[in-house]
Amino acid sequence: MLTVTDLHKSFETAGQPLPVLRGVDLAVTRGECVALTGESGSGKSTLLHLIAALDTFDAGSIRLEGQELAGLNDRARADLRRNRVGVIFQQFNLIPSLSVGDNLAFQARLAGRFDAAWQARLTERLGLAPLTDRWPEQLSGGQQQRVAVGRAIAARPALVLADEPTGNLDEATGGAVMDLLLDLVAETQATLLMVTHSAALAARLDRRVHLSLGQVSAL
Amino acid sequence: MNRLILRTLLSHWRSRPFQIVTLLLGLTVATALWSGVQAINAEARASYAQAAATLGTDRFDSLQPRGAETFDQDAYIALRRAGWDVSPVVEGSLRLGGERYRVLGIDPVTAPTSLPARPDLQGPDLTDFLGPTGLILISASTTLPPDADLPPVRVVEGIAPGTLVMDIGLAQTLLTMPGQLSRLILLPGAQGTQPIAEASGVVFDRIAPRGDGGGIAALTDSFHLNLTAFGFLAFAVGLFIVYSSIGLAFEQRKPMLRTLRALGVPLRRLMLVMVAELTALALLAGIAGVALGYLIAASLLPDVAATLEGLYGAQVSGSLSLRPAWWATGLLIAMGGAALAAGDTLWRTARMPLLSAAMPEAWHGAQARAQFWQGIAALGCFALALVLCFTASSLTAGFVLMGALLIGAALALPLVLATILRIGAAHARGPLSQWGWADARQQMSRLSLALMALLLALSANIGVGTMVMSFRDTFTGWLDQRLVAEVYVTASDAEQGRVIQAWATDRVDAVLPIWSAEARLGAVPISIYGVAQHPTYSEHWPLIEALPGAWQSVARGDGALINEQMAARRDLSPGDTLILPTPDGTDWPLTITAIYSDYGNPVDQVMVDVGLLATRYPDIERLRFALRTADAPQVIEEARARFGLSSEQVVDQAAIKALSLAIFERTFTVTGALNILTLAVAALALLTAMLTLQLMRLPSLAPLWAMGLTRAALARAELMKVLALALLTAILSIPIGLGVAWVLTNVINVMAFGWRLPMNLYPMDWLRLIGLALLTAAVAAGLPVLRLARTAPRTLLGVFASER
Repeated sequence: MLTVTDLHKSFETAGQPLPVLRGVDLAVTRGECVALTGESGSGKSTLLHLIAALDTFDAGSIRLEGQELAGLNDRARADLRRNRVGVIFQQFNLIPSLSVGDNLAFQARLAGRFDAAWQARLTERLGLAPLTDRWPEQLSGGQQQRVAVGRAIAARPALVLADEPTGNLDEATGGAVMDLLLDLVAETQATLLMVTHSAALAARLDRRVHLSLGQVSAL
Repeated sequence: MNRLILRTLLSHWRSRPFQIVTLLLGLTVATALWSGVQAINAEARASYAQAAATLGTDRFDSLQPRGAETFDQDAYIALRRAGWDVSPVVEGSLRLGGERYRVLGIDPVTAPTSLPARPDLQGPDLTDFLGPTGLILISASTTLPPDADLPPVRVVEGIAPGTLVMDIGLAQTLLTMPGQLSRLILLPGAQGTQPIAEASGVVFDRIAPRGDGGGIAALTDSFHLNLTAFGFLAFAVGLFIVYSSIGLAFEQRKPMLRTLRALGVPLRRLMLVMVAELTALALLAGIAGVALGYLIAASLLPDVAATLEGLYGAQVSGSLSLRPAWWATGLLIAMGGAALAAGDTLWRTARMPLLSAAMPEAWHGAQARAQFWQGIAALGCFALALVLCFTASSLTAGFVLMGALLIGAALALPLVLATILRIGAAHARGPLSQWGWADARQQMSRLSLALMALLLALSANIGVGTMVMSFRDTFTGWLDQRLVAEVYVTASDAEQGRVIQAWATDRVDAVLPIWSAEARLGAVPISIYGVAQHPTYSEHWPLIEALPGAWQSVARGDGALINEQMAARRDLSPGDTLILPTPDGTDWPLTITAIYSDYGNPVDQVMVDVGLLATRYPDIERLRFALRTADAPQVIEEARARFGLSSEQVVDQAAIKALSLAIFERTFTVTGALNILTLAVAALALLTAMLTLQLMRLPSLAPLWAMGLTRAALARAELMKVLALALLTAILSIPIGLGVAWVLTNVINVMAFGWRLPMNLYPMDWLRLIGLALLTAAVAAGLPVLRLARTAPRTLLGVFASER
């Protein structure tokens, strides 16, 4: 489903290239839930962003459902993000000008896969039915992250990428959000790749991949 | 501690140089336009005052012959013999090398010692001044054509620009007024053995001195008030930029301010340093603004001078002087403007709690409350405007009406736009369109100030444009009606006038004398024109209001026509009785039978039968004639050849119309320039708002990009939103602009000039202006949108990633 081969990525810092990923290899099968762990600065988020086609890499290969991401232009990368990937961010990143209901449906409608019945069920499952007319800023952190999860899942993407989705939430709330995320990923038969610092959360997934100094390493 | 706080505060600008550039630019432009206009007004007023001082009309009573331009100098001698302490003056104008100069002939021996034009009686100048060759005194700013055939010229201080001061004998020669005087200066405490009329045999009007620059200053007041209003509008539009920049800086500096407070900086100290910082910035922008204002004023002044001369005959120096008071006022205005724009921010800083969590709901509540009060204020302004529509009876009230209309519209704009956007969002199809409407509504709070500035500039543009175009159309039609005669002739002297009249009577279809007398009704000067009994007048003269048989009544000698401005100023209507003064001191009662339009004339005017005028005012100049003929070119050629008349003395109808239209066009050059400058400032306001907004847009746009929209698509959406907002603003500015045009044509013009204009509509111009507004918005949004389209993914990722 997802194959990452010898992936390299550097950033320019003070005029010097700073290597962040130094030959990452990773393979994820369809329906698998994988935790991506590692210390701060190990390149977890960068890897996630590259797989989500949010950024371009210097060398190596990423194949998503057989499609090579290297060399894709801006439009093709945007198509890929819109149609095959759902991303959940630590900071929620909801659209402040849209209501909760509109935020939930946004990506599904953007991808042309809006299904009203599925949307209603999803909203109900997320416990957001009474809140659909509210604005994002009127929700608690946990509620906002549930909206972010719903938004990512609503379009039934093949791959869900989550960047510390519970990093801003307390333990109980984070646990509840994780339960919902895993249930929905299973229900939609999506593949999940989740960046986390939490060993407990990582343990709930099928497999754990550890990054250290820009490379996959054994734990 | 102060230095440390200041350094910390200033570090904000170091990391955001664009923001401080915006702030300084806004304040500089606002100050420049305001102080530029003030410099023009100050220069013009100084010229009026200097002219009045040169002529002595600012301090001394004058004796002017009633109903005549000149009087015999024997009357002066008789008055001196009767013990009256009077000094003679000869005035007139002289054309040299295409330029018009004012000639002032004085008698240095009897002239008041404080008259600036009087040469020093003890100095060597006096001998030259009174000598056979003569001496002409001018100011340093007056330049004479090098080939002018004149006596020696000397530059002295205190003489008005464009004025040539000389001995009375030389003036009489140059002006071909042998033995004639224009007026007498009556020295303080003058007293004779006989009354003036008895001693001189001439009926004089005694004109009291006017300390404010004389009658010209009063006449041109409305012109200067118009300029001031425009300067103020541009200043206000510029302040929108400053307000927006300071507000943004406050929002961004809030965490820093809280930290400073948390670290123990007392609130009072923090406020003081913030005020000091603002004062320094205002001073910097003020200096730049005043310098820029000087350049603007210097470039506009020649046109203003030409306008003032064309409209009012006022001589204004075409070059600008540097006045310390003006510099100081400019700097004060910059600081006042900065204080006005920063007042709200300083107030919020003073009330800011030390520990304040994000309270979006409370913020929403406050926003809603603020919008409610903004709506109430807008309604209040509109209500005031409505009341003033029916009650405004002064120029100031007219400008208050216009201000209330514009401020009300600006305050109402965000509410109206929010409502339209809400309706748009409710009917939007597709997620992107839905987001676009909703996002535009949210952006409104940041863009509203710039859009308000755009609305003000566009409304003023439509209003002034409609007024000018209506005026031009009316004026052209009015000229066509009024200038019916084919040829206009001016004789060199009365004798030649008689000969030309006799010649023309046999040569053309009709000879219509254009003779007039200057008089005073109350304290205000009026012109009395004589008209012949001819269908040219009764069939073509543009009457606004008339009694039946108005022209017959004039021909009978019991009726008179008055111009619109005289009717408005003196509250006169057809049927009222008008009592005109006459040189012999008797009253001349006439019934007003009609009111006619008389655009462009600042002076009250009466039209009576020409025969009666010549009888009542026997000393009038009989030099000008209008000729009706089917063979104008031949008549012009013959007149020039037979009487040796210059091309200026014999002109055809087309030449007079072209001259009148040229004066008209020049009158509005300055208005047009200020109009464009105001629109440019509004464009700048929009540009700065867009650029600052763009810095805050990434968190809103990055999630959309992450969900599969390209940066180009986002940039297009951003551009469309700004264009849509500009389009809505431009459409809303049309009714407001028409309201402004109505106020200008029906209230301000009536108060300022005394004439009411029909208001025409020019929809093609509105379309052009909408196009211009869209172009302005596209230019303003272009750079930020381009930057957005080229934003590096890493920058967008920065929104999501707190670590790599």
